[in-house]
Amino acid sequence: MKDNNKFRLDIWGFISIGVILVYGLFLLYPLLHLMKQSIIDPETGALSLTYFAKFFSKKYYFGTLFNSFKISLTTTVISLILGTIIAYLFARYEIKGKGLLSILIVIASMSAPFIGAYSWILLLGRSGVITTFFKNFGIIIPDIYGFVGIVLVLVMQLFPLVFLYVRGALKNVDNSLLEASQNLGCSGARCFIKIVLPIIIPTLLASGLLVFMRAFADFGTPMLIGEGYRTFPVVLYNEFISEVGGDDGFAAAIAIIAIAITTLVFLMQKYVGNRKSFSMNSLHPIEEKKANGFYNTFIHSFVYLVIGIAILPQVYVIYTSFKNVRGKIFVEGYSFNSYVSMVDKLGKSIQNTIIIPIVSLIFILFLAILIAYLVVRRRNPVTNIIDVFSMIPYIIPGTVLGIALLISFNKKPLLLSGGMLIMVVALIIRRLPYTIRSSVAILQQIPMYIEEAAISLGASKMKTFYKITVPMMAPGILSGAILSWVTMISELSTAIILYTGKTKTLTVAIYTEVIRGNYGIAAALSTVLTVLTVGSLLIFNKISNGRDIG
Amino acid sequence: MSRIRIHNAVKKYGNNTVISNLNLEIKDGEFFTLLGASGCGKTTLLRMIAGFNSIEGGDIYFNDTRINDMEPSRRNIGMVFQNYAIFPHLTVRENVAFGLKQKKYDKSRIAEETNQMMKAMQIDAYADRLPEKLSGGQQQRVALARALVIKPDVLLMDEPLSNLDAKLRVEMRQVIRDIQKEVGITTVYVTHDQEEAMAISDKIAVMKDGIIQHLGTPKDIYQRPKNQFVATFIGHSNMIKTYLINGEVRFTENYRVPIKMPVKRADGKIICSIRPEEFMIGNEKEEGIKGIIKNSMYLGLNTYYTIQLETGDVVEVVEESTMSDTLEPHTRVSLKVKEEKINVFDESGSLNLLRNDERHGS
Repeated sequence: MKDNNKFRLDIWGFISIGVILVYGLFLLYPLLHLMKQSIIDPETGALSLTYFAKFFSKKYYFGTLFNSFKISLTTTVISLILGTIIAYLFARYEIKGKGLLSILIVIASMSAPFIGAYSWILLLGRSGVITTFFKNFGIIIPDIYGFVGIVLVLVMQLFPLVFLYVRGALKNVDNSLLEASQNLGCSGARCFIKIVLPIIIPTLLASGLLVFMRAFADFGTPMLIGEGYRTFPVVLYNEFISEVGGDDGFAAAIAIIAIAITTLVFLMQKYVGNRKSFSMNSLHPIEEKKANGFYNTFIHSFVYLVIGIAILPQVYVIYTSFKNVRGKIFVEGYSFNSYVSMVDKLGKSIQNTIIIPIVSLIFILFLAILIAYLVVRRRNPVTNIIDVFSMIPYIIPGTVLGIALLISFNKKPLLLSGGMLIMVVALIIRRLPYTIRSSVAILQQIPMYIEEAAISLGASKMKTFYKITVPMMAPGILSGAILSWVTMISELSTAIILYTGKTKTLTVAIYTEVIRGNYGIAAALSTVLTVLTVGSLLIFNKISNGRDIG
Repeated sequence: MSRIRIHNAVKKYGNNTVISNLNLEIKDGEFFTLLGASGCGKTTLLRMIAGFNSIEGGDIYFNDTRINDMEPSRRNIGMVFQNYAIFPHLTVRENVAFGLKQKKYDKSRIAEETNQMMKAMQIDAYADRLPEKLSGGQQQRVALARALVIKPDVLLMDEPLSNLDAKLRVEMRQVIRDIQKEVGITTVYVTHDQEEAMAISDKIAVMKDGIIQHLGTPKDIYQRPKNQFVATFIGHSNMIKTYLINGEVRFTENYRVPIKMPVKRADGKIICSIRPEEFMIGNEKEEGIKGIIKNSMYLGLNTYYTIQLETGDVVEVVEESTMSDTLEPHTRVSLKVKEEKINVFDESGSLNLLRNDERHGS
């Protein structure tokens, strides 16, 4: 089409402006508001850096920075190693039950991390099943609480992401590269390090960033299992929520520091990633082969062990949901009592868990398709701004976004807090970048001349868009949407800030019950959530027809 | 059916002018080819006609309608893309019917015309398949059917055969040629393949740097190229720098060839363009330019020679192979030229002295 690189006030021009307004209102305005809160003294109204001074003068506060950093970095490194190794073993070797294992990995990655945390308490906590079991033999298992516990939970939750990414990347590595390497006398682990690893470095960087951000922003796990080990989101939450002396300004300052750190990490990743990327085109994907003898046994036990540990918390939660409960502790015997007591606590949380994500999803799909089209097909200064805006939520931890939205929309005329709408907005903003990114990738695969063909056959621009472009994008977008849906129903860190009695979601309900010590009910609720998640994933598998997640 | 007129067309990308003041007229029903190396502006020009590139200056007319500002979807153009641009989510039938549906014809008419066209293009057997299952040649036929079924005023084709293998390319170019003649539709065809252009076109425009170097019939372009570029781009030509003296090309002291120029020229430097088949190899004692065979290559039908001339030039010569032995390297020979076939350019190589172009401009 003509002059797509110049901004024009045609239909797409109006859409561009509309999208910018939406971002301006729901992303930029809250962030600026947050920034303002952090540097303005509420009494005098003057500029002041007292909040920042307070943060950096007390070890109680800035120590959490180091803690968060240590946890995120350790988690990222271990997840990368574990995820890459398993993905490579999956690509290279025949492993029995590979299909089932893949599904289990996905389920492990798609569940809410704090459920894992709480299940690990049941297993490895002070009076956990495994701890007690070993205690009977006089063996003391290291403490699950604190640093080790958080890292364990996060790694088990996040290495599957690396696995999925790397497996996708390995599918694009041509088998002839490996054969050439072997032919030149480099095989096995050396071939992996010299040939495969450098090729998938961009993927490793991308998934590493994702893991880092998730670990850094995770609120539920350190809250439940951290005990004395405080991380950033926990302090942020406490400062914001605590009923006595809750200080919006101070919370805002902490939030700004969090954003500064994530931005830095994001930029570093981008800088390194840009210099290492190259495109691959694989005609012959890597072929599986059967490992021999001892090595085969080793591979199988390793893969089964790791995936077993990853899925263990889920399984155990489901198991305990059927156990009898007296007061707050599990006792002998099985029943549906937990499910019965759960019903009272449910309120509208199941409806909320379905309705809020569905409404969000509709908007997300609508916006993502439009934005992807603008960004790919209409490159101009205005759409470049949209492109930049759409990346911002990547680097904003969920808790931070929750707080920013809450303090920005709690007064008329912009009164949204307490309602369902603010939760919908939060989910849209948080998930939109992922859907945009996958839509952009899909759209880039659709050559321009396909649209030109439709136009030259007499279809108008809009008609071409929804008759040709959108249907061609649909399968990829749909499978992406289901994944978004799964992450949205297990979302906690924003919901915990924004929910009220009316808009309580399942995750919030589980969290509350865990905090209150009602483990039976929490287990029952978690099982419901797991059923929802697995059900959605099965639908995803059906629709995507074996296409990859990511 | 349409005549296409392009008047002073200009295409710019930013400050970079790709096409400046291009003039062109394509007759109704003509098969017109834009031929040139990649980057010469041929596809740019085609896309300007199609409406996918903006026009920075000048006018393009279909008959007497100026189409500069007309939406591409309203130009009633059939376009065949290099990669066919078959809609992958629609069946063959739905692909072919797509344009007719945009015209809001009633269902029975769409069905009838679609079927007719699919039959004509011999793709009716795969009507309900998705295009990914089709071979390259079949996809090509679908693309052609889809473009033609809407009865466009103009058919535009952008290197449609470049993704096919050699044999299919020859077959499909015949299909395209036949159906074009049958429908009688004005066609603009873009290619970089000169043989393809020669085989298929009524008229060819040879383009370089956004300028039409030569517009003519295939025969005209080959036999009387307008300038040195065209002479070398179409087929191969040996260029020999020499002098024009008294209406004769002076190759050596003893070998001069008279040429028939429409306009009398003053004596001076010229460039003589001789195709390999326009030399005749003779015994070294005969009249002609003396030379020594450097290399020979027997290719069955023809034999190629590289010959070092006494003038210092090295030329390529082709002769029909004979039953006798191929001339060995170091053999001394004498070369004559086929006087009526050779071309003579002015010193800069930009004007063919045997043509009568000068007054009309290029």
